Amino acid sequence: MSKKKHVTLNVNGKTEEFLAEPRELLIYTLRERLNITGPHIGCETSHCGACTVTINGKSVKSCTMFAVQAEGAEITTIEGIGGPDNLHPLQEAFKEHHGLQCGYCTPGMITRATKLLEEIPNPTEAEIRFGMAGNLCRCTGYQNIVKSIQAAAAQMSAAKEAAE
Amino acid sequence: MIPAAFEYYRPKDMAGVLSILEEHGDDARVMAGGHSLIPMMKLRMADVPHLIDLQDVGGMSEIEIDADAIKIGALVTQSDIIDNAALADVAPILREAALQISDPQVRYMGTLGGNVANGDPGNDMPGLMQCLDASFTVVGQDGERVIPARDFYEAAYVTAREDGEVLTAVTIPRPKGGHAYEKQKRKIGDYATAAASVQIVNDGGKCVSAAIAMTNLSDTPVFSKTAGDALVGTSVDDAALKIAVAAMLGDIDPTEDNRGPVAFKNHVAGVILRRAIARAWSRA
Repeated sequence: MSKKKHVTLNVNGKTEEFLAEPRELLIYTLRERLNITGPHIGCETSHCGACTVTINGKSVKSCTMFAVQAEGAEITTIEGIGGPDNLHPLQEAFKEHHGLQCGYCTPGMITRATKLLEEIPNPTEAEIRFGMAGNLCRCTGYQNIVKSIQAAAAQMSAAKEAAE
Repeated sequence: MIPAAFEYYRPKDMAGVLSILEEHGDDARVMAGGHSLIPMMKLRMADVPHLIDLQDVGGMSEIEIDADAIKIGALVTQSDIIDNAALADVAPILREAALQISDPQVRYMGTLGGNVANGDPGNDMPGLMQCLDASFTVVGQDGERVIPARDFYEAAYVTAREDGEVLTAVTIPRPKGGHAYEKQKRKIGDYATAAASVQIVNDGGKCVSAAIAMTNLSDTPVFSKTAGDALVGTSVDDAALKIAVAAMLGDIDPTEDNRGPVAFKNHVAGVILRRAIARAWSRA
């Protein structure tokens, strides 16, 4: 048994403090310790992206980071992006354009897509496919995911212009 | 997929890192982004009783470009390399290669230092660093030393870095001429079936220098001096390409695995090198 470490995280705007064994992976911290079950465990081998969260402004596969590494970090999961009563434009677009079927990959997809649209507000199809390459979907064939992200990008750009 | 238990350290400076390494010897490992080491720990293929996280150690996250050389700190990530416009301007091959490594999430975390220090023959940066004649700075209890990339790799996961040393920076002479990093992989996130780094200089239609290195075709990256030399003095015509590819094939030693049998890998290596030379020459 290794020495437990004190960990402080800010998850979706809320400070969380706990003692964790160093080997505790962040995805387990989120799902089992904090009951934040939006990020999913798909492959658990850094391939599928279902566990993607945003950590200090970077998209990260939370199955490939120990909670102790994230000490002091700001973390956003799908729960921090939008909820049933206030869907994020990406969530709305995935719903409208059939960007999901079973929904297992969707929290990771949308969390990654928020970051992609921050970096490239109006991406081309090629940029979307390249920027989403770390997230796998076995239902949609990706076509509708691309459409959803394009639709959300258009909606968000229009909203931004209207605000300015 | 839970790794074996380990002690975790997050020292604030290199002296702290080195003292933990000295205390625990080869039971201790340093980690930057962790995207090679953590998967191996989860599979219990790497046993790391004492894990030293480098993220709080300063001075290893900078990219410095001067008149002759580029110095990149070990903690600079693949995504930092891709986003650095000044770097893409003076050494575009780095960005071209980094974009072909894994996927966006992994590139945010994976570092240049980890990629070159790990010693995995599948990593892309070691071959590229050999092509560019880079050198690696390592620091230990006895101070710093500099090891040429072309002398660094001894076997899979075995390098010239000693257990008590940490790789802190990569220094690259400013590349000249045209470049290409060409990689054949089965899918996103995969290591290369074959990859080639080429940097080539054109003077009035004649090749005056060429450096060629190959990735994942031996248990180390392969700098093929004979392949580069075969292009020098030529107009990089088909005859020269044939000689260069044959020379490269004499230097690699691929093994059969789930990326294919030896004959296939040799075939792909030849195709990839031809493409890389053609693209580099078109930019030279």
